[in-house]
Parts: sequence; structure tokens; C-alpha cells
Amino acid sequence: MPPALATRALVKRFGRTTALAGVDLEIAPGELVGLLGPNGAGKSTLTKIACGIVRSSAGEARVCGARAGSRPARAAVGYLAELFRFPDWLSAEEVLVLHQRLASSRGGAGERNDLLGLVGLSDARRVRVAAMSKGMQQRLGVAQALVGRPRLLLLDEPTSALDPAGRRTVRELLERLREREIAVLLNSHLLSEVELVCERVAILSHGRLVATGAMDELTRSRGLEVETGAGVRLIEDVGREQVPRVVRELVAAGEEVYSVRLVRSTLEETFLELTGGDAA
Amino acid sequence: MNVALIAFYAFRETLRRRVFLAVLVLTASFIALYWLGARFIFSQTSSFRGGVVDENVVRGASIFGLALFATYFLGCVLAIFLTLGAIRGEAERGLLQPLVARPVGRSSLIGGRLLAAVLVCVPYVATVYVVVLAITRHTLHWTPDRQLEPLLALMLAVTIIAALSLLGSVFLAPIANGITVFMLLGIGMVAGLLGQIGVAMKIHSLERIAEASSWVAPFEALYQRSLYALTAETSGVTKTVLSLGPFGGPQAGPSQLWLWSLAYLGLATAAVLAVFARRDL
Repeated sequence: MPPALATRALVKRFGRTTALAGVDLEIAPGELVGLLGPNGAGKSTLTKIACGIVRSSAGEARVCGARAGSRPARAAVGYLAELFRFPDWLSAEEVLVLHQRLASSRGGAGERNDLLGLVGLSDARRVRVAAMSKGMQQRLGVAQALVGRPRLLLLDEPTSALDPAGRRTVRELLERLREREIAVLLNSHLLSEVELVCERVAILSHGRLVATGAMDELTRSRGLEVETGAGVRLIEDVGREQVPRVVRELVAAGEEVYSVRLVRSTLEETFLELTGGDAA
Repeated sequence: MNVALIAFYAFRETLRRRVFLAVLVLTASFIALYWLGARFIFSQTSSFRGGVVDENVVRGASIFGLALFATYFLGCVLAIFLTLGAIRGEAERGLLQPLVARPVGRSSLIGGRLLAAVLVCVPYVATVYVVVLAITRHTLHWTPDRQLEPLLALMLAVTIIAALSLLGSVFLAPIANGITVFMLLGIGMVAGLLGQIGVAMKIHSLERIAEASSWVAPFEALYQRSLYALTAETSGVTKTVLSLGPFGGPQAGPSQLWLWSLAYLGLATAAVLAVFARRDL
């Protein structure tokens, strides 16, 4: 099966500004990847190229084996833009009907019920967009993106307008998408959110991919935090394998050990290190 | 299929806009005013005897010419307001992206938007024209020499304006686009009036300006053709007197006007499709 998304030396220029300067990224089917980067790093541009609303200047982007932007590629993609709006006179159900027609989805009422239930809007199916809170509209946007059972879901800041409860709903939703084997590219400023749900993270800076890997690969061990009768201290350069030995040595030295904890750098620290301290 | 779907939703949205209701109310006011004006003109000029001038033709063609201008102008206003923000405006509001990301051709989006505008504007122009024609017949006892040609010319002119406004909406923000298309309309009108003066006063350079403008702005030439068709079979002093007024319609326009107008519409639509296909959102 081809990757859900594969980009090779992807370049995008807007006049003299280079938004993407040769990005190679691959997302496997069913994989949940977080896309991080400071403002202007090229995250939204990459997402827009993948869903075909922006054309690349050079390089290649393929969705499920088809050229990004082509009809088969767009049929395989679900997209939630950072800034989006639905006609405010449509109800939640009518929005989904419109997108079912555009996506040639044959899911019918069953698919609409399923999606509205998935985003917690079952009771709001007849509520007009104009009467919805921003959070409800955002959840409706996620449901809309899932119309037609896409194989790649592109979410551009899906939780930016949500309150903590709404964010949690989206996180749980992403977990459930994993069960449906839908690949997700989650573009978010919220590192904690990405840390919680994503299997892999890609970090963009100035249009270049500066790091990609699983969470464990991107964060590094900072040592062992030990609480003894003398207080809490950090013993550096200690990995998981050395923990029993260190504890034995402490006990042998007459210290009373109350707790030990392996400490790793956070995603935020890694992010700031890789992007030169630019804000996410 | 997708064109019809996009057109259906755009049409529904149009009907929901308050501006459409306002247009209906104002049009009803215009028709009522026209009816009242036609009645007064008839009652207060029925005793006039023009001698060599057929006063019934002058009276009927003048006031109906005015109605034709109003119909044309209102049709253009509607066409412009329905399309001025169709692309860039809707992209800035975030309405377009969810649609464009779907496996729908961008040509379907453009076709749907143009079709929706035409489905509103063309019946609007036709309805106003037929009502005004009926009022003119009933109150002034006058009918144009050609009744279908002016209507067809106005419908095509308004369709071209909708296509130009759609083209502008790819590049310009809604307000800038609206201003640009209205100015284009105004320039066309000025050229048309210059042409009328040229014909009436036999100033060939002005006639040439009008002829050149009919190629650049065929919507104005179509409007002039619609005026011309009102008294196309009229001749003599009556025709000369009529041609001195702003609604006399002395210019038939180039012989290939219909063909060129259709080609112009095709070119404008093709240009929208070409530029929108390459547009990043």
C-alpha cells in the first residue's frame, strides 16, 4: 500500500518568499503524525499542497500514490482548514449532505449519524451554523473532513478555537481514527496536544524539515531524578539499564532511597532547541 | 452534476440574502413608479399633435428606453453583487477552501457560480422587461418595433457583466472588484453616449470611438442594440428626433455583435477558469 502522504524535495515559493525549501516527509497508512513549527515555518503551506488548494513550485507530493491536487488524491483526503466557515444558513446535517455530494459519498444518513455522533453533535443536527458556538463549528468541521472515509486527514490547527473540553473531544476523536486506520497529519501549535496523541512528530523551521521521528527519538534522556533522605538530585547520563545499579550503589552507601524517576527532555525543549527558540 | 450542485447552493444562498429582498422591493417600487409616470405622461400629452413627428412613438420609445436603461442597470447591479466576492472574497472568509479540497473540478465551482448568477439575473431582467412592456402597451398604447431582440440583448449583456465580475473576483477583494466592474460599466456607458452624440451630430471620430468600445465592452453595445431595436423600423423625422435623446438608440452596433458578444462571454469564462485553476488559496 502506498504511503498516505509522501513528499520529495517539495518546494513552494510565494514571489521571493520561500515557504517550503525541499521537504521530504512520509506518512504511513493509519499513522498519526504531528506537524510542528514556528509561525511561518511552512506548516499550513505543506498541508494545503497535500490537499490540492496550493500548487507546489518544485518537487513532488503524492497522496495515496496519486499526485496531490489530482481528483483521486482529493478523493482520498479529508481537510480541515485553519480558517474555514460554512454557509451560516445550513444546518449541521445539511453541511454534511453538501460534502457527501461533493465527495460522491454513498454513506447516506448512516454516515452522517456516525460522524455527528463521533464529534458529539448528534443533538445539534438541525442547528444552523449561525447558531453554533465556535467550538461546535470546529467539531462540525472535523466531521465534514471525515465525510467519504478519507485515507488521509489533514487537520490544520483543529483545536485552536476549542475550550479544554473541546480539545479533549478532538483528542479522543483522533484516538478513534487510529482504530479506523485513517492517517492523520495534525498541524498544531499545542505541543502538549501533539505529545499526547501523535505517534511521530515532524518539525519544520524556515521551510525545512529539521527533525522527524517518534517521540522517544526526538526527546533525549536527561538522567535519573533520585529522592533520598538528603533531598532530590539529578544524576546525569543515566539510562534505564543503569537504574538498578545506581539504586544499589546508593543503598550500599547508606542512603535511604524514596523514589527514582528517569527524566527526559520535553518535546517543547527539543522544539525550541531545533527551531532556535522561535515561538510555536 | 457538480456544476448544478454548486449552482443550487449558490442560488439558495442568493435567495437568502437580504440584498435580494431589497432588490425585489426596490424593483417593485421602480415598476410602480414607471406605471405612474407612464399614466401621467399619457394623460398630459395625449392632446399633443406632433405634425411630421409621430408623437406616440416618441413618447413610447423615450419612456420605454428609460425603463430599458433601468432594467439593464438593475440587472448589472444584481450580477455584480452576486459575483463580486465569489472567489477571493469567499476564500478570505474561509468558505471556499472546504469546497476546493473536495474532488470537484475548479471549473465546476466557476460554472456553478456563474450559472447561479445567471439563473437569478436573467429571469430578473426578463420579468422586469415583460412587466414594463405590458405597462407601456396598456398605458401608452405603444409597442416596440422589435420586442424580443431588446430582451435578448439585455440578458446577454447582464450575463457578460456577471462573467467579468467573476473574473475580477479571482484577483480582487470584493469591494475593489465591485468598484472596478462598476467603473467598467460607467466607461461603457460614456462611450455609448459619445457614440449617440456622434451619430446625431455626424461626428465620425465619436462614432469610431463607440464602435471600438463595442468590441472592448460588448455589454454596452448590446444595451445600445436593445435601444436601437425599439424603433428599428421607424424612420424619418420621428427617428431623427428620437436619436437626439439619450434613449433614442441610433446605434445598431457592429453586424457581428451577437457573435462577438457570445465569443466575448466564452473568452471571459475561459479566462476565469484558466486563472482560477492556477490560483493558490
